Amino acid sequence: MTFDRLPKARRSAALLGGAAVALALGAASAGAETIRWARVGDALTLDPHAQNEGPTHALNHHIYETLVGRATDGTLTPRLATEWGIHPDDDTIWVFELREGVTFHDGTPFEADDVVFSLERAMAETSDMKGLHGAVESVEAVDEHTVHVQMEGPAPLYVQNLTNTFIMNREWAEEHDVEEPQDFAGGEESYAVRNANGTGPYTVAERDPEVRTVLEYFGDHWAETPEVSEIIYTPIAEDATRVAALLSGEVDIVQDVPVQDIQRLQETDGITVETGPENRVIFFAYDMGSDELQTANVEGNPFADPLVREAMHLALDRDAIRQVVMRGQSLPTGVTMPPFVNGWTEELDEYPQPDYERAQELLAEAGYPDGFEVTLHTPNDRYLNDEAISQAYVGMLDRIGIDVNLVSQTRSLHFPLIQNRETDFYLLGWGVPTFDSQYIFDFLVHSTEGARGGWNGSRYSNPELDQKIEALATETDLEARNEMIAEIWAQVQEDRVFLPVHNQLLAYAMREGISLPVHPENQPSMTDVSFED
Amino acid sequence: MLAYILRRLLQSVVVMMVVALVSFSLFRFVGDPVSTMLGQEATVADREALRERLGLNDPFVVQFADFVTRAVQGDFGISYRLQQPVTDLILSRLPATLELAAISGIFAFVLGLGLGVYTALKRRGWLSNAIMTASLIGVSLPTFLIGVLLIWIFAVELQWLPSFGRGEVVDLGWWRTGLLTPSGRASLVLPAVTLGLYQMTLIMRLVRAEMLEVLRADYIKFARARGLSDRAVNFGHALKNTLVPVITITGLQLGSIIAFAIITETVFQWPGVGALFINSVQFVDVPVMAAYLVLIALVFVVINLIVDLLYYVVDPRLRADRGAAGH
Repeated sequence: MTFDRLPKARRSAALLGGAAVALALGAASAGAETIRWARVGDALTLDPHAQNEGPTHALNHHIYETLVGRATDGTLTPRLATEWGIHPDDDTIWVFELREGVTFHDGTPFEADDVVFSLERAMAETSDMKGLHGAVESVEAVDEHTVHVQMEGPAPLYVQNLTNTFIMNREWAEEHDVEEPQDFAGGEESYAVRNANGTGPYTVAERDPEVRTVLEYFGDHWAETPEVSEIIYTPIAEDATRVAALLSGEVDIVQDVPVQDIQRLQETDGITVETGPENRVIFFAYDMGSDELQTANVEGNPFADPLVREAMHLALDRDAIRQVVMRGQSLPTGVTMPPFVNGWTEELDEYPQPDYERAQELLAEAGYPDGFEVTLHTPNDRYLNDEAISQAYVGMLDRIGIDVNLVSQTRSLHFPLIQNRETDFYLLGWGVPTFDSQYIFDFLVHSTEGARGGWNGSRYSNPELDQKIEALATETDLEARNEMIAEIWAQVQEDRVFLPVHNQLLAYAMREGISLPVHPENQPSMTDVSFED
Repeated sequence: MLAYILRRLLQSVVVMMVVALVSFSLFRFVGDPVSTMLGQEATVADREALRERLGLNDPFVVQFADFVTRAVQGDFGISYRLQQPVTDLILSRLPATLELAAISGIFAFVLGLGLGVYTALKRRGWLSNAIMTASLIGVSLPTFLIGVLLIWIFAVELQWLPSFGRGEVVDLGWWRTGLLTPSGRASLVLPAVTLGLYQMTLIMRLVRAEMLEVLRADYIKFARARGLSDRAVNFGHALKNTLVPVITITGLQLGSIIAFAIITETVFQWPGVGALFINSVQFVDVPVMAAYLVLIALVFVVINLIVDLLYYVVDPRLRADRGAAGH
């Protein structure tokens, strides 16, 4: 609570005037440091609900704030909400106690009504965040600092969906006619795309999209004063140029370090590299539900045969991919779930060593002694070395007689293939923003129905499991819930629904004397930067 | 003359329409914009709704007619990626590209001319041979590699020049220029050299070849026999006569400098229309891609038109034989 009063203390001190106070103020903002931050792409917009996209959220987290935040270890931290929980008398209501003494950048005080407005805005038809709030029925301000969110049914994990839903000011939005996120069909630029009024630690001083964004510390922010008082954010698309800009001292932090440069940078004087696991798992999946494959040269569907799937698992040499393709920068895994996610265990994470002989025997047993031909689709610009991972696996499958034709293309061509079920066999990466297994089950495991199963390109369909997944969504007893999660994973692993490869590692490179921990969602906050000087 | 101009203008309009049609039909193969615009939680219904709002479900002919109708009025819609009107976006990026193209054009022309004349006059000197050999690198190395090499030498190792961006710019209201600040000028050097190197080599080799040709001509021999100074012969007579084809080629290359700026802009994070186009391709930002391709077509059409008109003015034969015009 002492942090909350800091800005007020500074304001009253300023009223007193005098040299001594000036000195005190100087001490209070000791970290008058500028940080020059570069990454591959810019935020697409400052409108916090228009794009559900990593770099956009990463920048907006400095300007706007969410009710709850995500710490670098993956746990929830209080931000605009100080306390939250399910209503003691009604398990369909979430209660949020809001922080007091918070103001927006334009000076308006932050109130419960702003939360009501923002959650409703995030649920609007043109919002890209609405998928995370599908279970919300209504939002109500009970008093100035308490909000009740009425869910359609019990939703024990709803708070996990709030880490990227930013809070805007109702009056500001009404004044500038931005009560709803940008409608592309409208043909006009929304005011909120390049202007912002948040409660975050920094205000927008300059915004030139894709060129330069300057953020300055917001003196009335409620939290402890960060060491960084100014942020100059520049996107640099080209890998070689981005690294060169760091080496020449033109930027201080580079967020997207190419895998092949990590080792060289680690050995360079004056540069430090921080690495850490990203909340994203890379895996292969195959159509195990259709009667016929679209690209195979054999009758029927070989992937439907458990023996074939087992053979394919035994042919995947994850350690080789880690060493050769990823240059050590990955965490091989046996489960399609990053280690931060609720439900993750070391047993699930274990992976088998490749056994090509056994794999060949299994294929023969399944009736494919000479293997078969099939097409593998892979993106080439979405994940770290995505195309090279697929290439490596094609070579491994070749050893057991499966002849794979690799189709590598850009993400905008690759992802529709999975969404429209036009691929038999593909590479996909999956981030889990809610940090719970439910999110994986909903999108990848559940049969395709309504809002569920949108990315279930495996065409896996298990009615019993579907029921369990649906029950999981409303189970409020966390212990029983975790048991259900374990049961579902056991079935998914037994059926070999996915062919997990590894979890990606993130690397941030920075000038020596700066420290910035890696954030699992790749959304580092410059308030976490510390200087050693 | 008027009929000729009108006919050329009419041809230009047809060319523009064809470019618009071809580029528009190519976008179907770039990917699905909706899948990049929506987050991974979006449902099939969400995607369908957005597709409907964007008019992507309309028949091709309707979409194209709609595009042309609005484009004629200068309205290219709103960027799917940056959510700003495309016309504003391109106008705000154009000064960066035009300044880069102009500076690298001047660099290529001045240096190309100077080195061309030098290597023609001192044909057997060791320096000439060195320049000629070095120029082979200019034509054979890809722009991307040259850019990265220059960054490593001048930005990382020597730290003389910035490795990316445009430096500080001055806003003149309708034009943001980097030419008025020291950091803006320093930022221009590496990209301008990278972009202009190929054109410079081309002009240098052209000037050299033309010079050697002219120096063998009879009127040069007569001029020397008249006892004119080397200077007067070389620059007053020889160079003047080599300039006609050189100017033609330079004019035509100006269009390609603007179009080829894409790679240079990407390497140096230069905030011009080329970098905007590349980012748009990755995101399947159809409105920006369409507007950019139409703009580049317009640049080429206008330059060709001017060149044709200049021929008409310069070459009296064209005026007599109208049928041969424009070839």
